[in-house]
Amino acid sequence: MDVTAIKEQFPILNQEVNGHPLVYLDSSATSQKPLSVIEAVNTYYREDNSNVHRGVHTLGTRATDKYEGAREKVRAFINASSTAEIIFTRGTTTAINLVASSYGRANLKPGDEIVITPMEHHSNIIPWQQAAKATGATLKYIPLESDGTITLEAVRETITANTKIVAMTQVSNVLGTINPIKEVTQIAHEHGAVMLVDGAQGAPHLKVDIADLDCDFYAFSGHKMCGPTGIGVLYGKKELLENMEPIEFGGEMIDFVNLYDSTWKELPWKFEGGTPIIAGAIGLAAAIDFLNEIGHENILNHEQKLADYAMQQLRTIDGISIYGPENRAGLVTFNLNDVHPHDTATALDAEGIAVRAGHHCAQPLMKWLDVTATARASFYLYNTEEDIDLLVNGLLKTKEYFGNVF
Amino acid sequence: MSFNNLDTLYRQVIMDHYKNPRNRGQIKGDSVTIDMNNPTCGDRIQLQMQVENGVVKDAKFEGEGCSISMSSASMMTQAIKGKSLEQAVKMSRAFSDMMLGKEIDTEELDMGDIEALQGVSKFPARIKCATLAWKAMEKGALED
Repeated sequence: MDVTAIKEQFPILNQEVNGHPLVYLDSSATSQKPLSVIEAVNTYYREDNSNVHRGVHTLGTRATDKYEGAREKVRAFINASSTAEIIFTRGTTTAINLVASSYGRANLKPGDEIVITPMEHHSNIIPWQQAAKATGATLKYIPLESDGTITLEAVRETITANTKIVAMTQVSNVLGTINPIKEVTQIAHEHGAVMLVDGAQGAPHLKVDIADLDCDFYAFSGHKMCGPTGIGVLYGKKELLENMEPIEFGGEMIDFVNLYDSTWKELPWKFEGGTPIIAGAIGLAAAIDFLNEIGHENILNHEQKLADYAMQQLRTIDGISIYGPENRAGLVTFNLNDVHPHDTATALDAEGIAVRAGHHCAQPLMKWLDVTATARASFYLYNTEEDIDLLVNGLLKTKEYFGNVF
Repeated sequence: MSFNNLDTLYRQVIMDHYKNPRNRGQIKGDSVTIDMNNPTCGDRIQLQMQVENGVVKDAKFEGEGCSISMSSASMMTQAIKGKSLEQAVKMSRAFSDMMLGKEIDTEELDMGDIEALQGVSKFPARIKCATLAWKAMEKGALED
């Protein structure tokens, strides 16, 4: 994989921040966009902009073809069996909320259980808290091992005959833990529960094969995988989606409207109320083309090499705490002892290095780690070992700087 | 910008307040208690004010956060002691203006060490850290 050539396709990376070349290590929050994605969105607005599924004029047809073409591209990307199973949403959060509000509220009752883990980010906790409150169901957590992983024994002990929904992240955005989704799905199914996978940190990095995972729902965002913000995907098994009610009504999702009652379009459009995120979907299709061209295996290999290198190099710093398991996705979460992560992030920013600091929208996990906040460096296909060297150098300077003033 | 510019932010007096916070702890007896957090970053503060006849007799805080948020809380509690709630709120407004880089009359408002936080205005991402304790104080003043 030629990282230099890849990097050249990301115009934003070619700039100085605070007098230093930008080192972008915050791709878990949002990834940067290659030129092909920027151009795809640009071209749509310049040449094809029109509403979809409405006009019979030429632009309307072009926009519709591109929008539905994007759906087919997503289907192939995750190896789903039909485009009817691909619903465009605003992102992972909206996708999970759709399932919790529609499927969850219709199928849960007091005594039922929803099973999640403490490593979920807020988007895969709060919708379930709300669904539990609305239906009287119980929210249960699969306990974590001390290194921030889950064991299948713990999964088997937590999921019971009362479990109706299991919702789990594929990759932890804080610990980098990669969860055994296929095996957990199997256990969920053995107990008659449906399995939702939060793929926000999965789809950008791992090859997602829905046919192989066999999960019932899979949610992910475009902006973390080189696509635009505001577009995401909910995959759902057709027979489940067919029996679910929409949660947004009006516009695109309508079939027949009478004065007092209405009917919905067929899948997937019944879940896409209003004018959809047309430019976003087109940008996401371009992002998928871009990622496919490089190849998921190459991306994952590269990221894992970076993560290994980062762990190795960061460990050489005295007084650093690193969180999460040995085998991990391409991110490292850490704290420099005595220096608050916000102060670390400000110091690194002065060197042009962008990292995330805070609770990473995972407050229960912060509590589990017994910290209020951490710093996180997350990598993607455009990062290099040199970026990590600069990070380590920045951290050494940060330590020295705060060591002198404290 | 380089590390030298960090000195505009991390002035010695700020670091001193962070390392040796003044008024850290809890007030025994009657007090106004305000809990506030910064949901985007996780900093949190519990501020207690003992108010008599509209005047702040004592102020203490507990909390967790970065050097800017904690030193700001330390300085703020120092500054409002002996002030009327009205004056305290006025100081808070002046502090917000200072964070926005506006010119303020620091002498009239008796800002003391607080002037050292002026540099935060050059780091927009950190303004919320500096204003957390002040926002808590304003909330308490309006409640009382």
